[in-house]
Amino acid sequence: MQLSREELVKAYRRMSTIRAFEERVEKEFAAGNIPGFAHVYIGQEAVAVGICHDLTDEDYIGSTHRGHGHCIAKGCDVKGMMLEIFGKAGGLCGGKGGSMHIADVSKGMLGANAIVGGSPPIAVGAALTQKYKKTGKIAVAFSGDGASNQGTTFEALNMAVVLGAPAIFVFENNGYGEHTAASYSVGALSIAERARSFGLPAETIDGSDFFAVRDAMGRALERGRKGEGPYALEVKCWRHRGHFVGDPQAYRTPAEVAEARTHDPIALFRGKVSGAKLLDTSDLDQIDAGILQEIEEAVEAACAAPRPDIKTLQTDVYARY
Amino acid sequence: MSKKSYRQAINEALRQEMRRDPNIIVLGEDVAGGQGASGETGVVGSVFGVLSGLYKEFGPERVIDTPISESAIIGTAAGAALTGLRPVPEIMFVDFVGVCFDQIYNQTAKFRYMFGGKAKAPMVMRATIGAGLRAGAQHSQTLHPLFTMVPGLKVAMPSNAYDAKGLMIESLRGDDPVIFLESKVLYDSQMEVPDEAYRLPFGEGHVVREGDAVTIVAFGPCVMRATAAADALAKDGIAVEIVDPRTTSPLDEDTILESVEKTGKLVVVDESPPRCSLAADIAGIVADKGFEYLKAPIKSVTCPHTPVPFAPNLEDEFLPNPRRIEAAVRSLLKYDRA
Repeated sequence: MQLSREELVKAYRRMSTIRAFEERVEKEFAAGNIPGFAHVYIGQEAVAVGICHDLTDEDYIGSTHRGHGHCIAKGCDVKGMMLEIFGKAGGLCGGKGGSMHIADVSKGMLGANAIVGGSPPIAVGAALTQKYKKTGKIAVAFSGDGASNQGTTFEALNMAVVLGAPAIFVFENNGYGEHTAASYSVGALSIAERARSFGLPAETIDGSDFFAVRDAMGRALERGRKGEGPYALEVKCWRHRGHFVGDPQAYRTPAEVAEARTHDPIALFRGKVSGAKLLDTSDLDQIDAGILQEIEEAVEAACAAPRPDIKTLQTDVYARY
Repeated sequence: MSKKSYRQAINEALRQEMRRDPNIIVLGEDVAGGQGASGETGVVGSVFGVLSGLYKEFGPERVIDTPISESAIIGTAAGAALTGLRPVPEIMFVDFVGVCFDQIYNQTAKFRYMFGGKAKAPMVMRATIGAGLRAGAQHSQTLHPLFTMVPGLKVAMPSNAYDAKGLMIESLRGDDPVIFLESKVLYDSQMEVPDEAYRLPFGEGHVVREGDAVTIVAFGPCVMRATAAADALAKDGIAVEIVDPRTTSPLDEDTILESVEKTGKLVVVDESPPRCSLAADIAGIVADKGFEYLKAPIKSVTCPHTPVPFAPNLEDEFLPNPRRIEAAVRSLLKYDRA
């Protein structure tokens, strides 16, 4: 494990923040406070947090339509996120992006992306900048089993190999692309094997285990930071919820959903660190209480904030036009 | 000042700006050429030779040959632009945007707005346009309306070497994504072009020829065709005014409207199928904002609603050629100016 108490607290805080944030998003969505669509990350917290744990603000990530967890793991402001998802002034993107386009470039978060397979080519570009400027930084493309079937992803994998760009492709295989099972749609079955065939190292890891994710990412990061090129990780994980908030999930059985929920990264983390006497359960509970308070304040701020000024409708299209 | 071709003018603009700004990189298929082959590397300089010599001067880190993967070319450029570089990706023929349009209109064009103005993506996507080379339906389109209708993109369509250099330098110094459409049939056309760097602002049209009988608005290679028609009409004492807006987004509406106010008659020439073309767009704008100036119906000279044909006689008829432009102008002369 080799993580200090401080590091463990950071990891737990981020995972627990994602869980609390998303549970609250579900509640606020049901109450009609969140316009549009919302896709929550519940069950996959260890992936985003394990991948981003050792990244800096100068490392980049590109995300997916299920991007809240990636944002929080990369250090985006939770209140700014909640305001954005509510479509309010003061949101991270001024209320112009919303859940599926939430971004904070200053934190190295290049955006949730509502086009499946949208991020991998962009991450290659962010990685090319690091190679060109010799920064030793990297770029991560988060995508899912669904995006692993997109041509853009194949092109990005090959381009990263050809350019020697320090791009790390993280395929969160949660078993479902929208409402269709990966067992049906991913012809090769192993996404890692598919990535490997493009000429880059690839591993398959357990995404419910923060420590396994962080360790594997460490290997990818070492290669990227040394300028040795791209890396791919297929992360097996479990989507505890539907594709979107409100999805009745008729396509999977209650037994399957119940089984998925037994793979709980937060419970696993708590068990490991308290079992090894690294953190007490009471410490973890105290962290949770603080997070709930933080989320409560974010929601209160989001409810109270005004909508974006109508004058902003036509701003920010161009730098100059 | 010296005589330069349209091709040389673009090359010179890129070369001068790459010397000035180390963040400019060029990427695309065969932009250098010869990677992994047994002969010399960098000898191609893109398929029409526009990037000739850049690899030799700037090397493989800045003139990057890519696989034939347009989505990854544009996506890589988009990500690089978002993180501090000024990439100049090339799409060899604009027809190929079909396989990468998502990265252009859903990603690059929208970053700034979606992220609340906190991002910029200064990419200059170059592509060759236009029919006339007997290249058939998938290597001959112009497609400027597709880009023009996308908020967040700027679109340049230079009609001569001087404009091409000034608009390219302007594109490379701005912070917005630009679609830079280069006319294949103009690459060898020559004119006096300043040796030093200069900028031509977007959204400022150019009155190519003054006249009072009819206004012709034309873009890119159609300016040359309109000029040929105007020469023929001048022999009969008919003085047409030609307006070249230079960029389709932003569009210089003022110069178009001022000219129509003077002539009262408008012909729009556009190398595009007629529906949803720039011809239809400009006709709509003038009908809306210049209705009181009009003394005659607005005429369009466009391509027919067909793909670009291969056979030379069919392709010549497909294009908005000088004969059709002249006929459109003459059809308006019967309307009384009073």
